[in-house]
Amino acid sequence: MMSKYLIIGGSAGGIGAVEAIRRLDNDGKISLISEEPYQPYSRPMISDFLAGEATFDKMQFRPSDFWVKNKVKPILGRRVTSIDFDNRVVKIKESNEISFEKLLISTGGKPFVPPIDGSEKDGVYTFTNLSDAQLIKERIADVKDVVVIGGGLIGVSITEALLKLNKKVTLVELKDNILNLILDKTAAGFVEESMKKSGVNVLTDVSVEKILGRDSDDEKVGAVILTDGCKIACDLVIVAIGVVPRMELVEKSKVKTNRGILVDEYMATNVSGVFACGDVVEAYDFIVKENRVLALWPLAYLGGRTAGINMVGSKAEYPGGTVMSALKYFNVPIISVGLINPDNQNKTYDVITTLDHDNKVYKKLILKDDKLLGLTLVGDIEKAGIYYNLMKENINLRKYKENLVSEEFGLAHLPRYYVSELLKGS
Amino acid sequence: MQRIYVKEEYCMGCGLCEVHCIVKHSKSKDFVKAYRKESPKPIGFVRVDKSLPISFSIQCRHCEDPPCIIACLSGAMNKDEKTGAVTHDTEKCIGCWTCIMVCPYSAIKMDLKDKKIIAKCDLCPDIDTPACVDNCPNEALVFQEDPP
Repeated sequence: MMSKYLIIGGSAGGIGAVEAIRRLDNDGKISLISEEPYQPYSRPMISDFLAGEATFDKMQFRPSDFWVKNKVKPILGRRVTSIDFDNRVVKIKESNEISFEKLLISTGGKPFVPPIDGSEKDGVYTFTNLSDAQLIKERIADVKDVVVIGGGLIGVSITEALLKLNKKVTLVELKDNILNLILDKTAAGFVEESMKKSGVNVLTDVSVEKILGRDSDDEKVGAVILTDGCKIACDLVIVAIGVVPRMELVEKSKVKTNRGILVDEYMATNVSGVFACGDVVEAYDFIVKENRVLALWPLAYLGGRTAGINMVGSKAEYPGGTVMSALKYFNVPIISVGLINPDNQNKTYDVITTLDHDNKVYKKLILKDDKLLGLTLVGDIEKAGIYYNLMKENINLRKYKENLVSEEFGLAHLPRYYVSELLKGS
Repeated sequence: MQRIYVKEEYCMGCGLCEVHCIVKHSKSKDFVKAYRKESPKPIGFVRVDKSLPISFSIQCRHCEDPPCIIACLSGAMNKDEKTGAVTHDTEKCIGCWTCIMVCPYSAIKMDLKDKKIIAKCDLCPDIDTPACVDNCPNEALVFQEDPP
Protein backbone atom coordinates (compact mmCIF):
# COMPACT_ATOMS: atom_id res chain seq x y z
CA MET A 1 0.00 0.00 0.00
CA MET A 2 1.09 3.55 -0.71
CA SER A 3 0.23 6.48 1.51
CA LYS A 4 1.30 9.99 0.61
CA TYR A 5 1.52 10.89 4.26
CA LEU A 6 2.41 8.31 6.85
CA ILE A 7 2.35 9.05 10.57
CA ILE A 8 3.74 6.77 13.25
CA GLY A 9 2.15 7.56 16.59
CA GLY A 10 -1.43 8.55 17.36
CA SER A 11 -1.06 10.93 20.27
CA ALA A 12 -0.79 14.73 20.34
CA GLY A 13 1.89 15.02 17.63
CA GLY A 14 0.16 12.68 15.20
CA ILE A 15 -3.16 14.40 15.67
CA GLY A 16 -1.61 17.84 15.22
CA ALA A 17 -0.10 16.68 11.94
CA VAL A 18 -3.35 15.19 10.64
CA GLU A 19 -5.23 18.41 11.32
CA ALA A 20 -2.57 20.55 9.67
CA ILE A 21 -2.27 18.33 6.60
CA ARG A 22 -6.02 18.21 6.05
CA ARG A 23 -6.35 21.95 6.27
CA LEU A 24 -4.01 22.28 3.30
CA ASP A 25 -4.41 19.05 1.33
CA ASN A 26 -7.90 17.69 1.14
CA ASP A 27 -7.10 14.56 -0.83
CA GLY A 28 -3.58 13.26 -0.21
CA LYS A 29 -3.84 9.90 1.49
CA ILE A 30 -2.99 9.92 5.21
CA SER A 31 -2.32 6.73 7.16
CA LEU A 32 -1.62 6.72 10.87
CA ILE A 33 -0.19 3.76 12.71
CA SER A 34 -0.59 3.56 16.46
CA GLU A 35 0.35 0.83 18.84
CA GLU A 36 -2.56 1.82 21.03
CA PRO A 37 -5.91 0.40 19.94
CA TYR A 38 -7.91 3.47 20.89
CA GLN A 39 -9.50 6.59 19.48
CA PRO A 40 -7.31 9.66 20.07
CA TYR A 41 -7.31 10.28 23.79
CA SER A 42 -5.74 12.68 26.24
CA ARG A 43 -2.73 11.06 27.88
CA PRO A 44 -2.58 13.63 30.67
CA MET A 45 -6.01 12.40 31.74
CA ILE A 46 -4.97 8.86 32.64
CA SER A 47 -4.82 9.84 36.31
CA ASP A 48 -8.43 11.06 36.11
CA PHE A 49 -9.30 7.74 34.48
CA LEU A 50 -7.59 5.77 37.24
CA ALA A 51 -9.34 7.85 39.90
CA GLY A 52 -12.68 7.05 38.27
CA GLU A 53 -13.31 10.71 37.48
CA ALA A 54 -13.09 10.40 33.71
CA THR A 55 -14.55 7.71 31.49
CA PHE A 56 -12.85 6.92 28.21
CA ASP A 57 -15.54 8.96 26.56
CA LYS A 58 -14.51 12.06 28.45
CA MET A 59 -10.86 11.37 27.63
CA GLN A 60 -11.41 11.42 23.89
CA PHE A 61 -9.17 14.18 22.59
CA ARG A 62 -11.19 14.57 19.41
CA PRO A 63 -14.78 13.71 18.45
CA SER A 64 -15.28 10.03 17.55
CA ASP A 65 -15.63 10.83 13.84
CA PHE A 66 -12.05 12.18 13.78
CA TRP A 67 -10.63 9.57 11.39
CA VAL A 68 -13.59 9.71 9.03
CA LYS A 69 -13.85 13.48 9.03
CA ASN A 70 -10.14 13.86 8.29
CA LYS A 71 -10.11 10.98 5.82
CA VAL A 72 -7.37 9.14 7.69
CA LYS A 73 -6.73 5.43 7.48
CA PRO A 74 -6.04 4.49 11.09
CA ILE A 75 -3.99 1.36 11.64
CA LEU A 76 -4.48 0.86 15.35
CA GLY A 77 -3.08 -1.71 17.73
CA ARG A 78 -0.22 -2.36 15.33
CA ARG A 79 3.49 -1.90 15.85
CA VAL A 80 5.94 -0.65 13.27
CA THR A 81 8.90 -3.03 13.21
CA SER A 82 11.26 -1.14 10.92
CA ILE A 83 11.61 1.76 8.55
CA ASP A 84 13.49 1.41 5.26
CA PHE A 85 14.53 5.00 4.62
CA ASP A 86 16.12 4.24 1.22
CA ASN A 87 13.05 2.62 -0.25
CA ARG A 88 10.66 4.71 1.85
CA VAL A 89 8.75 1.78 3.24
CA VAL A 90 7.51 1.04 6.75
CA LYS A 91 7.14 -2.55 7.93
CA ILE A 92 4.35 -3.31 10.36
CA LYS A 93 3.90 -6.37 12.53
CA GLU A 94 0.95 -8.49 11.38
CA SER A 95 0.01 -6.02 8.68
CA ASN A 96 1.03 -5.06 5.14
CA GLU A 97 3.95 -2.75 4.65
CA ILE A 98 3.24 0.83 3.64
CA SER A 99 5.32 3.02 1.39
CA PHE A 100 5.26 6.76 1.86
CA GLU A 101 6.20 10.08 0.35
CA LYS A 102 6.30 11.96 3.65
CA LEU A 103 6.81 10.36 7.02
CA LEU A 104 6.24 11.70 10.53
CA ILE A 105 7.86 9.93 13.45
CA SER A 106 5.86 10.85 16.53
CA THR A 107 6.56 7.79 18.61
CA GLY A 108 6.74 9.73 21.86
CA GLY A 109 8.58 8.67 24.96
CA LYS A 110 8.84 5.59 27.05
CA PRO A 111 9.10 5.39 30.79
CA PHE A 112 12.59 5.27 32.15
CA VAL A 113 13.02 2.42 34.62
CA PRO A 114 16.38 2.29 36.35
CA PRO A 115 17.70 -1.06 37.43
CA ILE A 116 16.12 -1.74 40.81
CA ASP A 117 16.54 -5.10 42.45
CA GLY A 118 13.11 -6.76 42.37
CA SER A 119 11.56 -4.55 39.69
CA GLU A 120 10.47 -7.66 37.76
CA LYS A 121 7.99 -8.59 40.49
CA ASP A 122 4.26 -8.64 39.92
CA GLY A 123 2.90 -5.30 41.10
CA VAL A 124 5.51 -2.94 39.63
CA TYR A 125 4.07 -0.56 37.06
CA THR A 126 4.90 2.50 35.07
CA PHE A 127 2.23 5.12 34.37
CA THR A 128 2.35 6.88 31.03
CA ASN A 129 -0.49 5.57 28.92
CA LEU A 130 -4.03 4.28 29.09
CA SER A 131 -2.97 0.64 29.12
CA ASP A 132 -0.89 1.29 32.24
CA ALA A 133 -3.88 2.96 33.87
CA GLN A 134 -6.14 0.06 32.91
CA LEU A 135 -3.77 -2.55 34.29
CA ILE A 136 -3.50 -0.71 37.59
CA LYS A 137 -7.24 -0.08 37.72
CA GLU A 138 -8.01 -3.78 37.27
CA ARG A 139 -6.28 -4.73 40.48
CA ILE A 140 -6.64 -1.55 42.49
CA ALA A 141 -9.53 -2.86 44.62
CA ASP A 142 -7.15 -5.32 46.29
CA VAL A 143 -4.49 -2.70 46.95
CA LYS A 144 -4.04 -0.85 50.23
CA ASP A 145 -0.53 0.59 50.20
CA VAL A 146 1.36 2.02 47.26
CA VAL A 147 4.89 3.29 46.90
CA VAL A 148 5.36 5.83 44.11
CA ILE A 149 8.99 6.26 43.02
CA GLY A 150 9.59 9.74 41.62
CA GLY A 151 8.12 13.06 42.69
CA GLY A 152 7.73 14.57 39.24
CA LEU A 153 4.47 15.38 37.47
CA ILE A 154 3.59 11.76 36.79
CA GLY A 155 4.36 10.73 40.35
CA VAL A 156 2.34 13.56 41.86
CA SER A 157 -0.61 13.01 39.52
CA ILE A 158 -0.90 9.28 40.25
CA THR A 159 -0.46 9.96 43.96
CA GLU A 160 -3.48 12.23 43.87
CA ALA A 161 -5.49 9.64 41.93
CA LEU A 162 -4.57 6.89 44.39
CA LEU A 163 -5.50 9.09 47.31
CA LYS A 164 -8.94 9.64 45.80
CA LEU A 165 -9.25 5.86 45.78
CA ASN A 166 -8.43 5.84 49.50
CA LYS A 167 -5.04 4.22 49.13
CA LYS A 168 -2.19 4.88 51.49
CA VAL A 169 0.59 6.38 49.39
CA THR A 170 4.27 6.89 50.03
CA LEU A 171 5.99 9.15 47.53
CA VAL A 172 9.75 8.70 47.29
CA GLU A 173 11.82 11.49 45.75
CA LEU A 174 15.57 11.27 45.23
CA LYS A 175 16.21 15.03 45.35
CA ASP A 176 15.46 17.38 48.21
CA ASN A 177 12.12 18.58 46.90
CA ILE A 178 9.39 17.11 44.77
CA LEU A 179 8.69 18.52 41.28
CA ASN A 180 12.29 19.75 41.26
CA LEU A 181 12.54 19.97 37.47
CA ILE A 182 9.71 22.48 37.29
CA LEU A 183 9.47 24.18 40.69
CA ASP A 184 11.81 25.78 43.18
CA LYS A 185 11.74 24.70 46.79
CA THR A 186 9.25 27.33 47.88
CA ALA A 187 6.69 26.50 45.20
CA ALA A 188 7.13 22.77 45.62
CA GLY A 189 6.72 23.26 49.36
CA PHE A 190 3.11 24.37 48.86
CA VAL A 191 2.30 21.14 47.06
CA GLU A 192 4.26 19.03 49.49
CA GLU A 193 2.49 20.60 52.43
CA SER A 194 -0.90 20.01 50.86
CA MET A 195 0.02 16.40 50.04
CA LYS A 196 1.12 15.74 53.59
CA LYS A 197 -2.10 17.25 54.94
CA SER A 198 -4.03 14.87 52.69
CA GLY A 199 -2.17 11.97 54.26
CA VAL A 200 0.58 11.27 51.73
CA ASN A 201 3.84 10.09 53.19
CA VAL A 202 6.30 12.28 51.26
CA LEU A 203 9.92 11.20 51.57
CA THR A 204 12.69 13.27 49.97
CA ASP A 205 16.46 12.80 49.64
CA VAL A 206 15.93 9.08 49.44
CA SER A 207 15.26 6.42 46.86
CA VAL A 208 14.22 2.80 46.58
CA GLU A 209 17.06 0.31 46.76
CA LYS A 210 15.18 -2.94 46.56
CA ILE A 211 11.69 -4.25 45.95
CA LEU A 212 10.83 -7.23 48.15
CA GLY A 213 8.29 -9.99 47.60
CA ARG A 214 5.64 -11.14 50.04
CA ASP A 215 6.17 -13.85 52.61
CA SER A 216 3.35 -15.79 51.02
CA ASP A 217 4.46 -15.22 47.43
CA ASP A 218 7.89 -13.86 46.59
CA GLU A 219 6.83 -13.06 43.01
CA LYS A 220 4.40 -10.41 44.25
CA VAL A 221 5.38 -7.01 45.58
CA GLY A 222 5.31 -6.87 49.37
CA ALA A 223 7.57 -4.02 50.43
CA VAL A 224 10.41 -1.74 49.42
CA ILE A 225 13.72 -1.07 51.11
CA LEU A 226 14.88 2.53 50.88
CA THR A 227 18.45 3.72 50.53
CA ASP A 228 18.35 4.86 54.17
CA GLY A 229 17.47 1.31 55.22
CA CYS A 230 13.78 1.90 55.99
CA LYS A 231 11.32 -0.76 54.94
CA ILE A 232 7.87 0.23 53.69
CA ALA A 233 5.20 -2.41 53.19
CA CYS A 234 3.21 -2.04 49.98
CA ASP A 235 1.15 -4.02 47.47
CA LEU A 236 2.05 -1.90 44.47
CA VAL A 237 5.04 0.07 43.26
CA ILE A 238 4.72 2.77 40.62
CA VAL A 239 7.92 3.76 38.86
CA ALA A 240 7.46 7.38 37.77
CA ILE A 241 10.99 8.59 37.25
CA GLY A 242 10.54 10.10 33.84
CA VAL A 243 10.32 9.38 30.14
CA VAL A 244 12.97 9.10 27.47
CA PRO A 245 12.56 9.40 23.69
CA ARG A 246 11.44 6.23 21.98
CA MET A 247 14.00 5.98 19.23
CA GLU A 248 14.23 2.28 18.45
CA LEU A 249 12.90 2.81 14.90
CA VAL A 250 15.75 5.13 13.99
CA GLU A 251 18.57 3.39 15.82
CA LYS A 252 21.37 2.50 13.42
CA SER A 253 19.52 4.34 10.63
CA LYS A 254 20.70 7.44 8.81
CA VAL A 255 18.40 9.64 10.88
CA LYS A 256 20.57 11.77 13.15
CA THR A 257 19.93 11.62 16.85
CA ASN A 258 21.35 12.89 20.08
CA ARG A 259 19.20 12.41 23.17
CA GLY A 260 16.26 12.64 20.83
CA ILE A 261 15.80 12.75 17.08
CA LEU A 262 17.35 15.94 15.69
CA VAL A 263 15.01 18.23 13.77
CA ASP A 264 15.37 21.64 12.17
CA GLU A 265 12.98 24.58 12.49
CA TYR A 266 10.57 22.85 10.10
CA MET A 267 10.55 19.70 12.27
CA ALA A 268 12.37 17.93 9.45
CA THR A 269 15.03 15.34 10.18
CA ASN A 270 18.21 15.11 8.12
CA VAL A 271 16.50 12.56 5.85
CA SER A 272 14.52 14.22 3.09
CA GLY A 273 10.75 13.92 3.56
CA VAL A 274 11.08 12.50 7.05
CA PHE A 275 9.81 14.60 9.93
CA ALA A 276 9.61 14.08 13.67
CA CYS A 277 7.92 15.79 16.63
CA GLY A 278 6.88 15.44 20.23
CA ASP A 279 8.57 13.60 23.06
CA VAL A 280 10.91 11.79 20.67
CA VAL A 281 12.70 14.91 19.36
CA GLU A 282 15.08 17.60 20.42
CA ALA A 283 13.30 20.76 19.36
CA TYR A 284 13.90 24.46 19.93
CA ASP A 285 13.63 25.90 23.42
CA PHE A 286 13.16 29.68 23.24
CA ILE A 287 14.53 30.26 26.73
CA VAL A 288 17.79 28.32 26.62
CA LYS A 289 17.97 29.02 22.87
CA GLU A 290 18.97 25.55 21.86
CA ASN A 291 17.31 22.30 20.90
CA ARG A 292 16.45 19.86 23.67
CA VAL A 293 14.03 17.11 24.60
CA LEU A 294 10.84 18.57 26.09
CA ALA A 295 8.19 15.95 26.74
CA LEU A 296 5.11 18.16 26.90
CA TRP A 297 1.70 17.61 25.35
CA PRO A 298 1.09 21.13 23.94
CA LEU A 299 4.55 21.16 22.35
CA ALA A 300 3.97 17.75 20.79
CA TYR A 301 0.76 19.02 19.21
CA LEU A 302 2.46 22.21 18.02
CA GLY A 303 5.40 20.26 16.60
CA GLY A 304 3.04 17.89 14.83
CA ARG A 305 1.13 20.75 13.36
CA THR A 306 4.32 22.43 12.16
CA ALA A 307 5.52 19.17 10.65
CA GLY A 308 2.15 18.64 8.95
CA ILE A 309 2.27 22.03 7.22
CA ASN A 310 5.78 21.33 5.95
CA MET A 311 4.89 17.79 4.88
CA VAL A 312 2.29 19.25 2.55
CA GLY A 313 4.94 21.51 1.05
CA SER A 314 3.95 24.79 2.65
CA LYS A 315 6.42 26.46 4.98
CA ALA A 316 6.00 26.88 8.70
CA GLU A 317 8.60 27.33 11.39
CA TYR A 318 8.25 25.76 14.79
CA PRO A 319 7.87 28.72 17.16
CA GLY A 320 9.66 26.84 19.93
CA GLY A 321 8.67 25.86 23.41
CA THR A 322 10.24 25.65 26.79
CA VAL A 323 9.71 23.84 30.07
CA MET A 324 6.16 24.93 30.85
CA SER A 325 3.82 23.37 33.34
CA ALA A 326 0.37 24.09 34.65
CA LEU A 327 -0.49 22.15 37.78
CA LYS A 328 -3.77 21.55 39.51
CA TYR A 329 -2.76 18.90 41.98
CA PHE A 330 -3.78 18.89 45.63
CA ASN A 331 -5.71 22.14 45.17
CA VAL A 332 -2.61 24.22 44.61
CA PRO A 333 -2.82 25.88 41.20
CA ILE A 334 0.67 26.53 39.85
CA ILE A 335 2.13 27.68 36.57
CA SER A 336 5.83 27.60 35.91
CA VAL A 337 7.65 28.48 32.70
CA GLY A 338 11.33 28.58 31.76
CA LEU A 339 14.02 29.05 34.38
CA ILE A 340 13.18 28.01 37.93
CA ASN A 341 16.15 28.58 40.16
CA PRO A 342 19.29 29.41 38.22
CA ASP A 343 22.65 29.80 39.92
CA ASN A 344 22.83 33.51 40.65
CA GLN A 345 26.14 33.90 42.47
CA ASN A 346 27.37 36.39 39.89
CA LYS A 347 24.08 38.32 40.00
CA THR A 348 23.44 37.56 36.37
CA TYR A 349 19.72 37.49 36.99
CA ASP A 350 17.19 39.91 38.41
CA VAL A 351 14.90 37.88 40.61
CA ILE A 352 11.61 39.46 41.71
CA THR A 353 9.50 37.59 44.23
CA THR A 354 6.48 38.03 46.47
CA LEU A 355 5.35 35.48 49.00
CA ASP A 356 2.13 35.34 51.01
CA HIS A 357 2.31 32.01 52.73
CA ASP A 358 -1.05 32.28 54.50
CA ASN A 359 -2.96 32.83 51.29
CA LYS A 360 -0.78 30.41 49.38
CA VAL A 361 0.33 33.04 46.89
CA TYR A 362 3.87 33.05 45.55
CA LYS A 363 5.24 34.81 42.49
CA LYS A 364 8.73 34.66 41.15
CA LEU A 365 10.06 36.27 37.99
CA ILE A 366 13.57 35.77 36.71
CA LEU A 367 14.98 38.35 34.30
CA LYS A 368 18.27 38.65 32.51
CA ASP A 369 19.28 41.70 30.47
CA ASP A 370 15.75 43.03 31.04
CA LYS A 371 14.14 40.00 29.39
CA LEU A 372 11.89 37.61 31.30
CA LEU A 373 13.34 34.10 31.36
CA GLY A 374 11.54 32.45 34.23
CA LEU A 375 8.08 32.48 35.77
CA THR A 376 6.59 30.75 38.78
CA LEU A 377 3.08 31.56 39.96
CA VAL A 378 1.38 29.80 42.84
CA GLY A 379 -2.25 30.46 43.72
CA ASP A 380 -2.77 33.64 41.73
CA ILE A 381 -2.12 32.22 38.27
CA GLU A 382 -4.62 33.96 35.98
CA LYS A 383 -2.10 36.42 34.56
CA ALA A 384 0.36 33.70 33.58
CA GLY A 385 -0.33 34.03 29.86
CA ILE A 386 0.75 37.67 29.78
CA TYR A 387 4.12 36.72 31.27
CA TYR A 388 4.45 33.66 29.06
CA ASN A 389 4.08 35.75 25.93
CA LEU A 390 6.57 38.34 27.18
CA MET A 391 9.02 35.45 27.41
CA LYS A 392 8.10 33.99 24.06
CA GLU A 393 8.28 37.36 22.29
CA ASN A 394 11.49 38.30 24.11
CA ILE A 395 10.12 41.72 25.16
CA ASN A 396 12.50 44.20 26.79
CA LEU A 397 11.12 45.16 30.19
CA ARG A 398 13.76 47.63 31.29
CA LYS A 399 11.28 50.35 32.16
CA TYR A 400 8.51 48.06 33.25
CA LYS A 401 9.85 46.02 36.15
CA GLU A 402 8.20 47.96 38.93
CA ASN A 403 4.71 46.57 38.62
CA LEU A 404 5.51 43.12 37.33
CA VAL A 405 4.36 41.22 40.40
CA SER A 406 1.82 43.72 41.74
CA GLU A 407 -1.75 42.54 42.13
CA GLU A 408 -3.05 45.01 39.55
CA PHE A 409 -0.41 44.08 36.96
CA GLY A 410 -1.85 43.80 33.49
CA LEU A 411 -1.32 44.71 29.87
CA ALA A 412 -1.58 48.41 30.74
CA HIS A 413 1.77 48.12 32.54
CA LEU A 414 3.62 46.97 29.45
CA PRO A 415 5.32 48.62 26.47
CA ARG A 416 2.83 50.45 24.28
CA TYR A 417 4.06 49.04 20.98
CA TYR A 418 3.57 45.52 22.27
CA VAL A 419 0.12 46.11 23.70
CA SER A 420 -1.27 48.07 20.73
CA GLU A 421 -0.36 45.20 18.43
CA LEU A 422 -1.96 42.71 20.77
CA LEU A 423 -5.19 44.66 21.03
CA LYS A 424 -5.48 44.98 17.28
CA GLY A 425 -4.44 41.52 16.37
CA SER A 426 -5.95 38.13 16.61
CA MET B 1 -16.14 37.47 12.41
CA GLN B 2 -17.37 40.20 14.70
CA ARG B 3 -15.02 40.77 17.61
CA ILE B 4 -14.97 43.03 20.63
CA TYR B 5 -12.43 45.83 20.19
CA VAL B 6 -11.46 48.54 22.61
CA LYS B 7 -10.80 52.15 21.67
CA GLU B 8 -8.29 52.91 24.40
CA GLU B 9 -8.57 56.65 24.01
CA TYR B 10 -12.26 56.50 24.98
CA CYS B 11 -11.92 54.12 27.90
CA MET B 12 -12.35 55.86 31.24
CA GLY B 13 -11.60 52.78 33.26
CA CYS B 14 -15.03 52.90 34.90
CA GLY B 15 -15.32 49.14 35.04
CA LEU B 16 -18.97 48.98 33.98
CA CYS B 17 -18.03 46.37 31.38
CA GLU B 18 -16.90 44.09 34.19
CA VAL B 19 -20.08 44.71 36.14
CA HIS B 20 -22.38 44.06 33.20
CA CYS B 21 -20.49 40.93 32.23
CA ILE B 22 -20.89 39.53 35.74
CA VAL B 23 -24.59 40.32 35.84
CA LYS B 24 -25.18 38.93 32.35
CA HIS B 25 -23.54 35.66 33.37
CA SER B 26 -25.22 35.47 36.77
CA LYS B 27 -28.21 33.29 37.57
CA SER B 28 -30.52 36.13 38.56
CA LYS B 29 -29.42 38.72 35.95
CA ASP B 30 -30.11 41.24 38.68
CA PHE B 31 -27.45 43.66 39.92
CA VAL B 32 -28.20 43.52 43.61
CA LYS B 33 -28.82 39.79 43.70
CA ALA B 34 -25.81 39.00 41.53
CA TYR B 35 -23.48 41.00 43.72
CA ARG B 36 -24.96 40.45 47.15
CA LYS B 37 -26.95 37.27 47.29
CA GLU B 38 -25.87 34.77 44.72
CA SER B 39 -23.78 31.98 46.01
CA PRO B 40 -21.48 30.94 44.52
CA LYS B 41 -20.60 34.41 43.32
CA PRO B 42 -21.02 34.80 39.57
CA ILE B 43 -17.78 35.52 37.72
CA GLY B 44 -17.18 37.87 34.85
CA PHE B 45 -14.95 37.37 31.87
CA VAL B 46 -13.85 40.98 31.38
CA ARG B 47 -10.91 42.63 33.07
CA VAL B 48 -10.02 46.31 33.00
CA ASP B 49 -6.26 46.84 32.95
CA LYS B 50 -5.27 50.23 34.33
CA SER B 51 -2.10 52.20 34.64
CA LEU B 52 -3.56 55.65 34.58
CA PRO B 53 -4.03 57.50 32.33
CA ILE B 54 -4.04 54.27 30.32
CA SER B 55 -6.94 51.88 30.75
CA PHE B 56 -8.70 49.35 28.59
CA SER B 57 -11.02 46.43 28.80
CA ILE B 58 -9.77 42.93 27.99
CA GLN B 59 -11.75 39.84 27.17
CA CYS B 60 -11.15 36.77 25.01
CA ARG B 61 -10.21 37.95 21.50
CA HIS B 62 -11.53 34.77 19.89
CA CYS B 63 -8.24 34.57 18.03
CA GLU B 64 -7.93 33.40 14.46
CA ASP B 65 -5.45 30.74 15.51
CA PRO B 66 -5.97 30.45 19.27
CA PRO B 67 -2.98 29.38 21.39
CA CYS B 68 -5.44 28.04 23.99
CA ILE B 69 -6.74 25.44 21.52
CA ILE B 70 -3.22 24.35 20.60
CA ALA B 71 -2.36 23.95 24.27
CA CYS B 72 -5.59 22.31 25.49
CA LEU B 73 -4.83 18.91 27.03
CA SER B 74 -8.32 17.47 26.94
CA GLY B 75 -9.74 18.67 23.63
CA ALA B 76 -12.26 20.86 25.47
CA MET B 77 -11.28 24.10 23.75
CA ASN B 78 -12.66 24.62 20.27
CA LYS B 79 -13.31 27.21 17.64
CA ASP B 80 -16.89 27.21 16.45
CA GLU B 81 -16.74 26.63 12.71
CA LYS B 82 -19.75 28.82 12.02
CA THR B 83 -19.40 31.73 14.42
CA GLY B 84 -15.62 31.74 14.94
CA ALA B 85 -16.15 31.96 18.71
CA VAL B 86 -13.61 30.16 20.88
CA THR B 87 -15.60 28.00 23.24
CA HIS B 88 -14.86 25.40 25.88
CA ASP B 89 -16.81 22.22 26.47
CA THR B 90 -17.57 22.33 30.19
CA GLU B 91 -18.02 18.56 30.24
CA LYS B 92 -14.55 17.98 28.78
CA CYS B 93 -12.56 20.71 30.54
CA ILE B 94 -10.47 19.27 33.37
CA GLY B 95 -9.21 22.56 34.82
CA CYS B 96 -5.56 21.80 34.06
CA TRP B 97 -4.98 25.56 33.51
CA THR B 98 -2.75 24.99 30.48
CA CYS B 99 -4.79 27.45 28.39
CA ILE B 100 -4.32 30.08 31.12
CA MET B 101 -0.57 29.59 30.77
CA VAL B 102 -0.50 30.53 27.08
CA CYS B 103 -3.23 33.16 26.51
CA PRO B 104 -1.39 36.43 25.67
CA TYR B 105 -4.36 38.43 27.02
CA SER B 106 -4.80 36.38 30.18
CA ALA B 107 -8.45 36.38 29.26
CA ILE B 108 -9.26 32.96 30.68
CA LYS B 109 -10.58 32.70 34.23
CA MET B 110 -10.57 29.94 36.80
CA ASP B 111 -14.04 28.91 37.88
CA LEU B 112 -13.42 27.38 41.28
CA LYS B 113 -17.08 27.18 42.30
CA ASP B 114 -17.78 23.51 41.92
CA LYS B 115 -16.27 21.82 38.91
CA LYS B 116 -12.94 23.67 38.99
CA ILE B 117 -12.76 24.35 35.28
CA ILE B 118 -12.11 27.43 33.21
CA ALA B 119 -14.52 30.19 32.30
CA LYS B 120 -14.30 32.68 29.48
CA CYS B 121 -16.07 35.20 27.28
CA ASP B 122 -18.80 33.57 25.21
CA LEU B 123 -19.63 36.76 23.25
CA CYS B 124 -23.11 36.66 24.84
CA PRO B 125 -24.55 34.41 22.10
CA ASP B 126 -28.17 35.03 23.07
CA ILE B 127 -28.10 38.80 22.48
CA ASP B 128 -27.04 40.83 19.45
CA THR B 129 -24.33 42.86 21.14
CA PRO B 130 -22.24 41.53 24.04
CA ALA B 131 -23.24 43.04 27.39
CA CYS B 132 -19.87 44.75 27.95
CA VAL B 133 -20.09 46.54 24.60
CA ASP B 134 -23.74 47.40 24.93
CA ASN B 135 -23.25 49.02 28.32
CA CYS B 136 -20.03 50.90 27.78
CA PRO B 137 -21.04 54.52 28.59
CA ASN B 138 -18.38 56.09 26.42
CA GLU B 139 -18.59 53.68 23.49
CA ALA B 140 -15.02 52.63 24.09
CA LEU B 141 -15.99 49.07 23.27
CA VAL B 142 -17.21 48.14 19.82
CA PHE B 143 -18.38 44.88 18.31
CA GLN B 144 -17.36 44.72 14.67
CA GLU B 145 -15.52 42.83 11.95
CA ASP B 146 -12.27 44.81 11.84
CA PRO B 147 -10.12 46.64 14.38
CA PRO B 148 -11.18 50.28 14.74
